[in-house]
Amino acid sequence: MHRSFGRKEKKLPEAVIDLEGLQALLDSLTIRGYTVLGPTVRDGAIVYDEIAGVNDLPAGWTDEQDAATYRLTRRDDSALFGYAVGPHSWKKYLFPPQTLLWKARRSSGAFEVEEAAPQGGPYAFLGVRGCELAAIHIQDRVFLGEHPDPTYADRRSNAFIIAVNCSTPAGTCFCVSMGTGPRAGPGFDLSLTEILEGDRHAFTVDVGSERGEELLSALPHMPATTEDERSAEAVIERAAGAMGRSMDTDGIKELLYGNREHPRWDDVAQRCLSCTNCTLVCPTCFCSTVEDTTDLTGDNAERWRSWDSCFTLDFSELGGNNVRTTTRGRYRQWMTHKLASWIDQFDTSGCVGCGRCITWCPVGIDITEEVAAIRETQEGSRHGDT
Amino acid sequence: MTSVKPTLAVWKFASCDGCQLTVLNLEDDLLPLAGEIDIAHFLEATRATVSGPYDLSLVEGSITTPHDAERIREVRAASRTLITIGACATSGGIQALRNFANVEEFLQIVYARPEYISTLANSTAIAEHVPVDFELRGCPIDKGQLVEVVTAFLAHRRPNIRNHSVCVECKKRGTVCVTVAHGTPCLGPVTQAGCGALCPSYARGCYGCFGPAETVNSPSLTSRFKELGVSEADLVRSFRTFNANAPAFREISEAHEPRT
Ligand code: SF4
Ligand code: SF4
Ligand code: SF4
Repeated sequence: MHRSFGRKEKKLPEAVIDLEGLQALLDSLTIRGYTVLGPTVRDGAIVYDEIAGVNDLPAGWTDEQDAATYRLTRRDDSALFGYAVGPHSWKKYLFPPQTLLWKARRSSGAFEVEEAAPQGGPYAFLGVRGCELAAIHIQDRVFLGEHPDPTYADRRSNAFIIAVNCSTPAGTCFCVSMGTGPRAGPGFDLSLTEILEGDRHAFTVDVGSERGEELLSALPHMPATTEDERSAEAVIERAAGAMGRSMDTDGIKELLYGNREHPRWDDVAQRCLSCTNCTLVCPTCFCSTVEDTTDLTGDNAERWRSWDSCFTLDFSELGGNNVRTTTRGRYRQWMTHKLASWIDQFDTSGCVGCGRCITWCPVGIDITEEVAAIRETQEGSRHGDT
Repeated sequence: MTSVKPTLAVWKFASCDGCQLTVLNLEDDLLPLAGEIDIAHFLEATRATVSGPYDLSLVEGSITTPHDAERIREVRAASRTLITIGACATSGGIQALRNFANVEEFLQIVYARPEYISTLANSTAIAEHVPVDFELRGCPIDKGQLVEVVTAFLAHRRPNIRNHSVCVECKKRGTVCVTVAHGTPCLGPVTQAGCGALCPSYARGCYGCFGPAETVNSPSLTSRFKELGVSEADLVRSFRTFNANAPAFREISEAHEPRT
């Protein structure tokens, strides 16, 4: 069920590259046929999109994030990766918002089905953070399990992953609680740590796969000194100490299973808009709907899969009846699945602590706060008595 | 007529014609449409006799006069399937702003001889007068959704038209949320999708053209709007546009109206 994506067991010595080396890295990925995707500034946020080179990266930008707010601000240096995760996640490339599954054509009383071949890629992801790499591994369990999804499998197995260790967590980050960051890995091809010291702007490089090693060897690079390693460690350590939020995950499955009727669900239902934003920005949420379309003649049909959410009404309509009509029920389903039943289903939490659902909820509902509220006010006897 | 093609009629009530124009703007789909359906009645003067029967009637516009209240019954009786299109037909339209004012006063101010005007106090949705088989929202309606509704009718299936929020469309197209990233008040979370999240993609908040979404938590959204600096008066205005009379929106604007 679990696939290895070429991670090498032996830890290779780190290298160091400068800005030219980073550009050379992107160039050689392009030459090898990859579409290079990475962070870039658009519409007041750092989004993921196709990038031509280092110049497209958000140099000198950072983000200020809190529940229901995100603002771009300037840094006082020219860091290329000095911010946390934004509104997009790599999910949009591996599990696209819309996927054509198959087409059918009717001719003379019969019909032919044409399966849609996976499209897009190969992709190189630049700037995959620790929480995001963990999210990809979680979606691997969903999409590469017993019934592998062809689009996901194709895009995933070809994706070249350049991770970045975080230097500047946001106010909504809590990867330390979830054990997913700020250090990224395992599972990358290459991993960078950005070092800004005086006039020096460099990146230490960790190698995580053979193709990563092969690519690095073709770039202008220097061996990393112990000094470089120490600087990189300091960046990660500082980030680990700067988490905006935390979540106590101790016995969380039992906590949520044991509090299905907690009054806090009514409280959150008063605030929740059932708008779906939390689920669609979440890098692990995978719900989809399948729609059949026909053209006016009725001779051509297509089956499409698109992103859906447990917060929509249609999503819980089964056989013409809705099994989850209240917002209370929908929020409870989402959070309990994410943090508890996911563990039973996929042997992992569904939350990596990226904080997106907190930032991008228009009314600022905070999953860490909701857990804490239930924990604080549950009946004392319930906790951990299973 | 010996044609086996189903017949289509398009009816106009109180409206701006924008939704009918959407039918004419179908471009690539107009010819295939004409190939599958007989367009039997379209863009006619409102006085035209109803006759029929028609397999599918598309009804644009709201009911604002006693005469129209009568005519829609005839149209219903002459239609096997009746689908209303646009904010006017599905909620009463922008002209439903009269529902919040005194129509008599308007008549005195606007018309030299108000006694010649026969009008109702309220502008109402078609579904308040006759049974409707499907309501297609939007001001104006979306071309793609219109084709989908007609195609679904021809294929005897349920149209793929969702009732969830505009936010879903923002997220699918990768639009950065204008409320979260810019502090711009946006009706998207309480508005039904269908436009493809057009306004947020131009950094504007959603205006609510497609009417209330399936779930509308107005106290929560309006308290967020107030945090963003929206005044009570603007709150009322933002819910009193094309779908002012849609129950969920009407409730919000009435709750925030200054008490006199
Ligand atoms: S639940 Fe929230 S914090 Fe956790 S992974 Fe999803 S978006 Fe990130
Ligand atoms: S928790 Fe927030 S983002 Fe999620 S559905 Fe509710 S209001 Fe929307
Ligand atoms: S811009 Fe408006 S419609 Fe789009 S996600 Fe934000 S609140 Fe929802």
